Amino acid sequence: MIFDRLRGPSPAVIACILAGALSLSACATTPDSPDTADAGHSRPESAALATGLDPATSLNPFPSTYQPLPRQNTAIVGATVFTAAGTKIENGVVVVTDGRIAAVGDASTPVPAGHTVVDGRGRFVTPGIIDVHSHLGVYPSPGVQGMSDGNEATSPNTAQVWAEHSIWPQDPGFNTARAGGITTLHILPGSANLFGGRGVTVRNIPSITMQGMKMPGAPYGLKMACGENPSRVYGGRNQSPATGMGNVAGYRAAFIAARDYKAKWDKWRADGEGSPPTRNLQNETLAGVLDGSILIQNHCYRADEMAVMIDIANEFGYKIRTFHHAVEAYKLAPTLAREGICAAMWTGWWGFKMESLDGIEENAAIVDAQQGSCAVIHSDDAELTQRLNQEAAAGLAAGRRLGLNTREEDAIDWITINAARAIGIEDQTGSLEPGKRADIVIWSANPFSVYARADQVFIDGSLSYDRTNPAYQPTTDFELGQPGFGRTPTVAANTGAR
Amino acid sequence: MRRLIITAALAAFAIGAPAVAQDTVAITGGRVLTGTSVIENGTVVMRGGRIVSVGTGAAPAGARIVDASGKTVSPGFVAVDSGLGTSEVSSVDGSDDQGNSANTISASFDVSYGLDPWSFTLPVARQGGITRAIVVPSHPGGSGGHNHADDSDFAGVGAGGLQSPGLFAGQASIIHLGQGTEILVKPRVAMVAPFGEAGAGVAGGARGATFTLFKESLAEVRLYARNKAAYDRAGLRDLSLSRADLEALIPVAEGRMPLIVTVNRAADILQVLRLGQEEGVRLILDGAAEGWLVADQIAAANVPVLLNPIMNLPDSFERRAARMENAAGLDAAGVVIAIKGNGGSIHRAKETRYNAGNAVSHGLSYASAIAAITTNPARIFGMAGDFGALAPGAAGDVVIWSGDPLEPLSIATAVFVNGIEQPMETRQTLLARRYMTGGTQASGMPVAYGN
Repeated sequence: MIFDRLRGPSPAVIACILAGALSLSACATTPDSPDTADAGHSRPESAALATGLDPATSLNPFPSTYQPLPRQNTAIVGATVFTAAGTKIENGVVVVTDGRIAAVGDASTPVPAGHTVVDGRGRFVTPGIIDVHSHLGVYPSPGVQGMSDGNEATSPNTAQVWAEHSIWPQDPGFNTARAGGITTLHILPGSANLFGGRGVTVRNIPSITMQGMKMPGAPYGLKMACGENPSRVYGGRNQSPATGMGNVAGYRAAFIAARDYKAKWDKWRADGEGSPPTRNLQNETLAGVLDGSILIQNHCYRADEMAVMIDIANEFGYKIRTFHHAVEAYKLAPTLAREGICAAMWTGWWGFKMESLDGIEENAAIVDAQQGSCAVIHSDDAELTQRLNQEAAAGLAAGRRLGLNTREEDAIDWITINAARAIGIEDQTGSLEPGKRADIVIWSANPFSVYARADQVFIDGSLSYDRTNPAYQPTTDFELGQPGFGRTPTVAANTGAR
Repeated sequence: MRRLIITAALAAFAIGAPAVAQDTVAITGGRVLTGTSVIENGTVVMRGGRIVSVGTGAAPAGARIVDASGKTVSPGFVAVDSGLGTSEVSSVDGSDDQGNSANTISASFDVSYGLDPWSFTLPVARQGGITRAIVVPSHPGGSGGHNHADDSDFAGVGAGGLQSPGLFAGQASIIHLGQGTEILVKPRVAMVAPFGEAGAGVAGGARGATFTLFKESLAEVRLYARNKAAYDRAGLRDLSLSRADLEALIPVAEGRMPLIVTVNRAADILQVLRLGQEEGVRLILDGAAEGWLVADQIAAANVPVLLNPIMNLPDSFERRAARMENAAGLDAAGVVIAIKGNGGSIHRAKETRYNAGNAVSHGLSYASAIAAITTNPARIFGMAGDFGALAPGAAGDVVIWSGDPLEPLSIATAVFVNGIEQPMETRQTLLARRYMTGGTQASGMPVAYGN
């Protein structure tokens, strides 16, 4: 929770915006980036390459077509507001204008004329919940043959694949996640490979296409995996990597190739001499890591392995943004804080394999206690993503049991602003601060309670889910006409949410 | 030898008497959830490992007083469909005794012999208020057979799911989670079998084959039971089941041992209910993701259900009608339900209470949710009154909570099993304390020297 919040665009987003000709990377960028992609070429016109062969002219080949849902200006009045900017406001006011947070304050905050007033009395308001580790769409429900598209487990380095090309927007899990308050997700490839491929950040709205969910301006991630998974998958095929040391040799070989690739492009762009390098999608993604436009999202359980990964990053001159499944982050908390690396964690998961043996419920609270830290609670799971608030609550309680006095208004950061920072969108969302996207959840009760339900979920100021209004409870194509469609169980008394 | 086997198969009496707490303990001043009612400012008195009184009276003279003012007192929770005591690290085969793959030891597989009272999973579960567990053999359709590791599991390589050799996964045990050398409360309390997709996989691929296989198996068991002498002198036709498996199934065929059937699809549930009637088998449904669609039929058959209320996704074609309100719907129809933990209720058995809380936020009454993790499991497994409730005569399994036990913000502050207060230390709390100050010691020595 304790870090210097960036008031301007994050370095990654700057890199993304400035990408231009000098960058080999691509961004899940704004629709206007195809125009900017052509700007600033220094090489002679005669050297122009055939369409698709120059990475600099193909920065954004699958552009976002995301449009917010229809919306109106809103003011949520009377609720307890967790801003995820360090404060908890009783009887607060949150003003949403044109899809952005216009004002956040106490009861004296004026509500502009014409804004629809939502009565928040007795309820709680938080930023939209962000899950930085999701496989929705790539490992959708139903998890059946033909739909299992998350691991290109054919080679230890598949940096050339992009998770967005496996996303099935009709995964019913997007809807159940939204009903749990999830407004933004980072969808990653699986962890079978050292380099699993690019991850993409999506807005959680129903869409026919992946592009319609893709978050404008969000940087891509590169999924890397430490530890047991790659060595088990490839060692099991009598192939490298079969060991931890094989893993590390694989990371280094890939970055050597990427450095070489980037140097060749840089040289050709500078002098225009000779034949241009042949475009290579694998190295293009890794080069994007080297120029800072693609963020490392590194599945890494053990503290000792995290330390090695940090050394590799230093060797090749890039930064690790986030360690995922960081079950031993608590052992390395000061280092992670010093390096500015986020740790994305579970509270309750441990013991399912050797590298998860030392998972503890207190992990997030211990990491969070470090000055400059970035503790995140993530899911990796279509069920858990529906309840990240409860996972955070359990972590908070475990920390208190240990004697750490984490405040609720700081623990909320684990699933909001810290999560945004972990995927490089902290300048756009993740907290209730003026100017940010109005991604908001109104909870029926304190979100750290098991009884709290997301009553209403706003994405870019648009009501995208309402627990009591069927008009705002979308169903996927897949769900239509299935057993039980359109029905819910008859219950004795809906004493439920409090 | 044969007599020994028969004795083992038929004996279903309690063994392993718990260590007895001689002192009288009185827990006073708390909000007491008895499992069937709520008593404000209640007094729970334990002696000799059992509860002797629950009410509003004063503590008996000489009792050790445990002040629970401002706190909530509940029965210890029961993890059903659990692997506690049979598995340390899920991916480490040598530490996993929950599943067996020999085709001559399927129904006869008895998890009780592999129980480890020293398992480091037990204190962690206890910290979540779990004091008893129904330990079941794992199988491909069960919660324990597909422990979610992480996304690489989908790569289709590595250990993968358990390959069950037969329709029957084996026999379940009841354990307590008290510290000591013996955790077995009662072995062989139920037989376990997957139906639905997993059962079809065992039988050859189609659901219909599962039913044929089941009927044929029970026919063999009955034939064997009537003709043991002939069997022993090789005077009986060849049977597909091993003798050990035949023996193990006799109490199932005779309706004395319940059969836990993992089944999720509504259509499959109806078929299984019919099968149970036709074969005279006592059923316990496990899973029942689509149970709410046929809740009235389940209730009419008087069949209890073990379920996980947070499984609301159509993650297979047999769970397309999965709903968060399943628990509430079944309860409203009069079905006796028990709520499960997560991930096979081993490492995450502690999350049982959160699952109960989520069932409440989706329409289940609070009283039913508490019953679903206390009295109902005891009732389903024939132990009503013996544990799972704060009532005179029941085992002294009591948990004191900082607040509502279904809330993640609440923590257990004391846990009693068989009247004995348990240590709250776990392997995890030791790690947390070791590293809470940043992984260094004031002395400059590595934290490894800190214990």
